[in-house]
Amino acid sequence: MDAPPLRELVVAALLLVGAAFALVGSIGLARLPDFYARLHGPTKATTLGVGAMLAASALWFSGRDAGVSLHELLVSGFLVLTAPASAHLLARAALHLGVAERSRWLAPWPRRPAAPGGAERAPEHPPEPPLQGAGAERAR
Amino acid sequence: MTLLASAVAAALVLLAAALVLNAWRLVRGPSAADRIVALDTAYINTIALLVLLGIARDSALYFEAALLIALVGFVGTVALCKFVLRGDIVE
Repeated sequence: MDAPPLRELVVAALLLVGAAFALVGSIGLARLPDFYARLHGPTKATTLGVGAMLAASALWFSGRDAGVSLHELLVSGFLVLTAPASAHLLARAALHLGVAERSRWLAPWPRRPAAPGGAERAPEHPPEPPLQGAGAERAR
Repeated sequence: MTLLASAVAAALVLLAAALVLNAWRLVRGPSAADRIVALDTAYINTIALLVLLGIARDSALYFEAALLIALVGFVGTVALCKFVLRGDIVE
């Protein structure tokens, strides 16, 4: 390894941070309770993790043979552009399929039967608006 | 073992664990949308894995594969979502 130690250190740190974020996104995908919560892990944490690893690669290959290596920016820019688009399409597909939208551990405000004597307590959250669009009746 | 080599090894372990979790979600489901998200995450993790291998082997060839997977993976996600939404891919 003939790289300067500082650059090697930064590359190693970026690699570890990126891989850790990718793992956190996948843990979120595996462990979160409903689909719309699960969508958050891959679209944010994993994209950030891959971005950090691509930054590490750009830093590592810069100044190796052909000066600054910038084509990693191509992949990270593409991922940053496409991750919201694919998340949007996935959420629409889930609405169309009628995937259950809330899980039990989130505040179950509209459908819980009123506790006896607790009816005068103001609700903590406003009632949810009705769903619009194609999956509205199936998502219920 | 140099610093970079050990960092690469640790990152490989983390990414392998991430891919195993994606595969678990892919098998487990329960809905088709969950499986599509699992595939989407798996291709993004594969990009990270290829970039990591490119650093480990010190070869720029892996990068081309990563770029191709980024392009084709997005098209695949869009195609699967279109299929779920419309029942058809090319209308």
